[in-house]
Amino acid sequence: MTQQLVRETPSEAGSGTGHSAAAPETAVPVPPASDQASGSWAGSPWAGARRFLAKPGLVLSVLVLALVILWALVPQAFTQWPPDTGVPSSRLKPPSAEHWFGTDSLGRDLFSRVVHGSATSLAATAVAVAVGLVAGSALGLLAGSIRGWVDDAIMRVMDVLLAIPSLLLSLALITVLGFGTINIAIAVGIASVANFARIMRAETLRVSTAVYVEAARSSGVRWHSILLRHVLPNAAGPVLALSALEFGMAVLSISSLSFLGFGAPPPSAEWGSLVAGGRDYLVAAWWLVTLPGVVIAAVVLSTNRISHAFQDSERNRP
Amino acid sequence: MIRYIGQRLLQGAFVLWAAYTVSFLILYLLPGDAVSIMASGDEQNAVDPALVEKLRAEYGLDRPLYEQYFVALFKAFQLDFGLSIKNGVPATQTVAEVLPETIKLAVAGFAVAVLLGSALAVVAAFSRNRWIRQTFSSLPPLGIAVPTFWIGLLLLQFFSFRLRLFPAIGNDGGQSLVLPALTLAIPTSAVIAQLLTRSLRQTLGEPYIEQIRAKGASEALINFGHALRNAAIPTLTMLGILVGNLLAGAVVSETVFSRAGIGRLTVTAVNSRDIPVVQTLVVLAAAIFVITSLIVDLIYPLVDPRINTARGAKV
Repeated sequence: MTQQLVRETPSEAGSGTGHSAAAPETAVPVPPASDQASGSWAGSPWAGARRFLAKPGLVLSVLVLALVILWALVPQAFTQWPPDTGVPSSRLKPPSAEHWFGTDSLGRDLFSRVVHGSATSLAATAVAVAVGLVAGSALGLLAGSIRGWVDDAIMRVMDVLLAIPSLLLSLALITVLGFGTINIAIAVGIASVANFARIMRAETLRVSTAVYVEAARSSGVRWHSILLRHVLPNAAGPVLALSALEFGMAVLSISSLSFLGFGAPPPSAEWGSLVAGGRDYLVAAWWLVTLPGVVIAAVVLSTNRISHAFQDSERNRP
Repeated sequence: MIRYIGQRLLQGAFVLWAAYTVSFLILYLLPGDAVSIMASGDEQNAVDPALVEKLRAEYGLDRPLYEQYFVALFKAFQLDFGLSIKNGVPATQTVAEVLPETIKLAVAGFAVAVLLGSALAVVAAFSRNRWIRQTFSSLPPLGIAVPTFWIGLLLLQFFSFRLRLFPAIGNDGGQSLVLPALTLAIPTSAVIAQLLTRSLRQTLGEPYIEQIRAKGASEALINFGHALRNAAIPTLTMLGILVGNLLAGAVVSETVFSRAGIGRLTVTAVNSRDIPVVQTLVVLAAAIFVITSLIVDLIYPLVDPRINTARGAKV
């Protein structure tokens, strides 16, 4: 613990000087230092791009996520089949060149249903992460900056939320919120509030003891400017890395809850409910359960990989 | 030590009280009217106003909020969480009836998860072949990313329907336990493997390992006698979270395999909006978490003598 503190103190001083050196005249012309200072994504764009391309796993993850987002935005560009109307003559056909993921019991093209379902799944995931991020960060920021009994009260409640498995907490919330995609998204989001609050509080505490914040405070900068100008931007990195991780977890939770039957009613195609729909045809049609599951796993795997890249670039910050 | 245990028990009691209060706030106050939610549980039936009034009086929901809360809390101390909406049986009894099935499932799942997870971590950390090391360390992230219900359905498809090795559904006998336990074990083992691999690699870089090697210890003794023992300790602290994972996994696993248990009870209770049962399950989950973390804190100093939790100091 003490070792960590020793290592962190100069690094904070470093990022403090980095701030003052951000003015164009005083910028030191040493490329590696400058692109490290602003995280691995910005800075010299070529160095960043080269480092990115050197990680094939990461490139693949970004491509998978980009593809799925495109599915959600322009589904008709990826499939010619309608998602909700089936062809009775082609019921339960295995995957082929014509039907990439096969067809279901009503003769609907499964690939088309997965592609069209991604809008619902991704929107629900985005709502869940947004709820967790906004509410959790606000609570963490409040706890970390006001301290005292407010801090104690907020964090004890967060501890209790962490003691209950998040799926169970989501289910309890669904009991009162009701069923449907938006409600399960909100429930999953609330269940992740505690994680965001903890990280945000820790970052707020870390940043508000930094030298440049002390300097700002002693030179008379108001507390809300300190929060907006110094604390929030500097705490953003770890919170964003957590968001990427929570995005993957939210995809899993939402698909689990819609698999359990709490999502949108049929015929709507959400990834979890597609898997649930294939349950009755396990013997006759393996593809109905297997292929939508592969898509879910690929998306979660990709977001987890990207989250790790975020965390690495955070760790490499001076 | 006794003082420490007492202190921890008080903390645990606080968490339980807080979990009860939070779940009370969510379940009874948030909807504004818990009774009409419960009465409208069946979507076919319209809400009967007379029934609502009767239920409201029965649950004391016509009284002021603080009174409702204190009455409910006082009853909760006596393990009375109200009657299940579905059949009028006490909620605690409904839960207690199926709890043994889930305990069986969770214990079996956890045992498999520990074995599988440790095996993965040992190979990933100790193997001399770079290719094997990389393959085995890429498995845990995969296990974490894969939906539990999907694993269950694939196992069901392959082992029950294709090979006909295990029964597809039900609770009878050890045979029916194999696939649900495996479903539960795969994601949990991935978490264990990830933690343990990281911890093992770190331990192998410690100076004392170099010293043992210099003294002429065999690789097997270094790996299993020293590194594994020391690396297992940080994994132990995650036990509370892992047990929570098992509970959440049981919800999915029991639904996929149509097994009776608290997981499936949760799903049916949420479906019929059986608030007393849902609240009992939430408080039970918090209690399990509290007890697990208490056990971990108590055995931690026994496993690692450097740590004295009673004094809260790390030497």
